[in-house]
Amino acid sequence: MTRFTPVIGLEVHCQLATLSKLFCACANRFGAAPNTLACEACSGQPGALPVLNREAVDLALRAAAAFGCDLAPHLVFDRKHYWYCDLPKGYQITQSREPLGCGGEVELADGKRVRLERIHIEEDAAKILRTSNSESLVDLNRAGVPLLECVTAPLLASADEAAECLARMREILVFSGVGECDMERGSLRCDVNISLACDEPSARVELKNLNSFVHVRDAVQFEIRRQSELLASGRPVERETRTWDPERRETRSLREKERASDYRYLPEADLPPVPLERARIARAAACVPELPMPRRRRYTSELGLDATLVEVLLESRASAEFFEATLRHARDAREVARWLANDVRALFAEPELDVHSIAELSFKPFDLAELIELAANGRASRPAARQVLRAMCRTPRAPRELLRELGLESLDGGAELDELCRTAIAAHADASEAVRSGHARALDVLVGAVMAASKSRANPVAVRARIRELLQAAP
Amino acid sequence: MKARAAVEGALARIEALEAEIGALLDVDEEGARTLADKLDREPAPRGPLHGVPFALKANLCWRGHLTGAASRILDGYRPPYSATAIERLIAAGAIPLAITNMDEFAFGSSGENSSFGATRNPWDLSRTAGGSSSGSAAAVAAGFVPFALGSDTGGSARQPAALCGVSGFKPSYGRISRRGLIAFAPSLDTVGVLGDSIERIEQVLACVSGHDERDATSLALPPLALEAPREHLRGLRIGVPKEWDAELCDQGARDRIRAALEAMHALGAELVSVSLPLTLHANATYQVVSACEAASQLARYDGVRYGSRESCDGTLQGMIAQTRGSSFGPESRRRILLGTALTSDEGSPSYEHAARVRRRIVDELRAIFERVDLLASATAPEVAFRLGERSGDSARMHHSDLLAVPASLAGLPAASVPCGTCTTDGVELPVGLQLCGAPRADARVLSTARCFQAATRHHLARAPLTGALP
Ligand SMILES: [Zn+2]
Repeated sequence: MTRFTPVIGLEVHCQLATLSKLFCACANRFGAAPNTLACEACSGQPGALPVLNREAVDLALRAAAAFGCDLAPHLVFDRKHYWYCDLPKGYQITQSREPLGCGGEVELADGKRVRLERIHIEEDAAKILRTSNSESLVDLNRAGVPLLECVTAPLLASADEAAECLARMREILVFSGVGECDMERGSLRCDVNISLACDEPSARVELKNLNSFVHVRDAVQFEIRRQSELLASGRPVERETRTWDPERRETRSLREKERASDYRYLPEADLPPVPLERARIARAAACVPELPMPRRRRYTSELGLDATLVEVLLESRASAEFFEATLRHARDAREVARWLANDVRALFAEPELDVHSIAELSFKPFDLAELIELAANGRASRPAARQVLRAMCRTPRAPRELLRELGLESLDGGAELDELCRTAIAAHADASEAVRSGHARALDVLVGAVMAASKSRANPVAVRARIRELLQAAP
Repeated sequence: MKARAAVEGALARIEALEAEIGALLDVDEEGARTLADKLDREPAPRGPLHGVPFALKANLCWRGHLTGAASRILDGYRPPYSATAIERLIAAGAIPLAITNMDEFAFGSSGENSSFGATRNPWDLSRTAGGSSSGSAAAVAAGFVPFALGSDTGGSARQPAALCGVSGFKPSYGRISRRGLIAFAPSLDTVGVLGDSIERIEQVLACVSGHDERDATSLALPPLALEAPREHLRGLRIGVPKEWDAELCDQGARDRIRAALEAMHALGAELVSVSLPLTLHANATYQVVSACEAASQLARYDGVRYGSRESCDGTLQGMIAQTRGSSFGPESRRRILLGTALTSDEGSPSYEHAARVRRRIVDELRAIFERVDLLASATAPEVAFRLGERSGDSARMHHSDLLAVPASLAGLPAASVPCGTCTTDGVELPVGLQLCGAPRADARVLSTARCFQAATRHHLARAPLTGALP
């Protein structure tokens, strides 16, 4: 079979995390009862006018800065016409003639840089709900939600690269606070353009409605195979729009007519051009934090963290920043990373604590650093430290105080530890005998008993040592 | 009881003449009476518009009322909000009383494109009241209300005002918020005001003008500061465009315009003959720009969310096609087809081209205001024509807006004031003088028009029909 080179580009739509919609005062919120977030403007009533949301522009400018795009001198909008029940005005307000930004790039892990052709602002369409008896219901809550469309140049050459590029774009957008980018909720959506190049490029197929990274990878993989087989057998690839069917694991044609030439773009006269002042651009750029890719490199090479841990830390900006802030008060980066990746994340699974992300934590990085220190120097056993961590979620107090108040300070010695060890030896005569006769592993039974009796307060190292002493002393 | 009395007087005049004129699509008697009684109970008047009833064109959204742009596609549609202009008038104590007839979606110059039948001219019931604000002009001319809101995209307020012998005003683009004005062509649309005098229009302008943050194209200016009444026009240079003068077909009308220019000269104005050759292309440019924008603007009427809906084959596209095909009137369909055809190629080259010509016309007009303060001409190239005379002849119909369109393309303020009548086929018909001002010179246009009215008193001439009114 002839080898064909896939030529792949992404069209990514990111809902901007604004309070209100792009052209009206309706809330930009997911999950409200259908048609409760709609007004005369976003429902396309006669005579209603769009008013541009400044916050949306500022977030889009921030994204442009994060990607390193060149900006247009001013913001102009166009109308893109087509008829569908999800489009209340019969046109979508978008930017076709002059996008907000051109150029810019997304960096992949192997250092490949994927150029962006354009990013622009546009409004989302309404959501169509299909009922069981094949009726279509329109929910206008999503109509007019601000979107940022980011189009990459067709520089991706494999399914993995396509999926990675989407993931890299997502983390940039999420870290910059531009959008929530939750693919399940549809706040991040991706279309893929794919053709195969041999002597001359084949017709471009657009893959739509890919709502997870896995779908992107699977659909592109399938499509590369499908198109290769067509071309290899001398049949042409049809220019069309296809969708991914995750159950049958294949793409299928949407049988949509090519309508690209007939959008009848027209300048949006309801929105005069908005000049983009230097100061405004600078303010937006100042909101872009250090991006995930440079952080990733830093965590791996400078801090020596392993890849899995790094990915967990880079899950969100809040997570990365909490990590770095904690690190400023702690010695061991790996230890901090492990605490965040394991123990802190475990908190989110406990419903009674009611914290679901790093951003919702009530304690400060400084507190976590102190706790880690208490555990490291043995003042709190690992289980005791975990209990303190839980308490920290409820009461914002210093870990040291909580440890004392909860009576969880390590038992390193003294009468109480002594008593616990003696009781354990007496209660487990067999194990004690075994230890005496050289079966070191039987010691674990005794230590375990002490740990349980002390409700994990006992310092296992101290327990181990004391039991040995006692067993040696009293034959 | 002043407000209530004003409402009752208006209702009595409507009762007496409306059946013959057809100016109104709906009258809210109860709402007006209730509001009037409430206003009469207030300790002090809110201002000059307190208790004054008015009518509004059916393309201005009035919350809960049947303002459906005289189109069947908006059958039964009651907007969930009111236009900013209406909100502001109500806040000033004015009383919305009636919805006026119009050409469907303001497409027309004769009122004949209304889905509810043409309005008749109170001066001669066999003639057009002009358009598209036909009902607003006729309602003022018939004495129903002292003023009415209209709209002016390419002469739609000025031309019917001229043909019905009332005062009409198209403000600078953006001077009055377009929010709630059912758009025809958003880059040209303005809310227009028609009244029994320029003084009245000034009162309305002072109330409804001023920035509206809910209309991004509204001028960032406070409400219009009116100029003090002028006793004379000394120091004013008034340009008389040669090309516009030549379009004036009717000798009688020509004489009235001559006399009006002389009257202004007698008031001290300096008359300057000017040439505006590019404005001869204004009408063609206007046709392209407005049709393209209209086709876009009317895309939202698809039967999905409101208005009428007709199904045929059970598909969405079938429903949209059937609804639009059967509910838009012929002129709307013609403009949608024209606008769609003109924008169908990638990048809409026709629209782009027209927009370039438009910019050149705008430049020519702006430049002329370096030399003159105002431009004076007839408002329309002829007096009211007979109903039916031009139906189906779009070219002749558009001719009617020839002199009004340049100001629309350039967003300039322009007033039409009555300047006497001329006898046509044995009937006295009003002639309108158009005064067009520099960008944003709304106050200058109005003060000049008002001075002219005070001196000539042509605006006091009433349609003979109204002689016996209560
Ligand atoms: Zn809304």
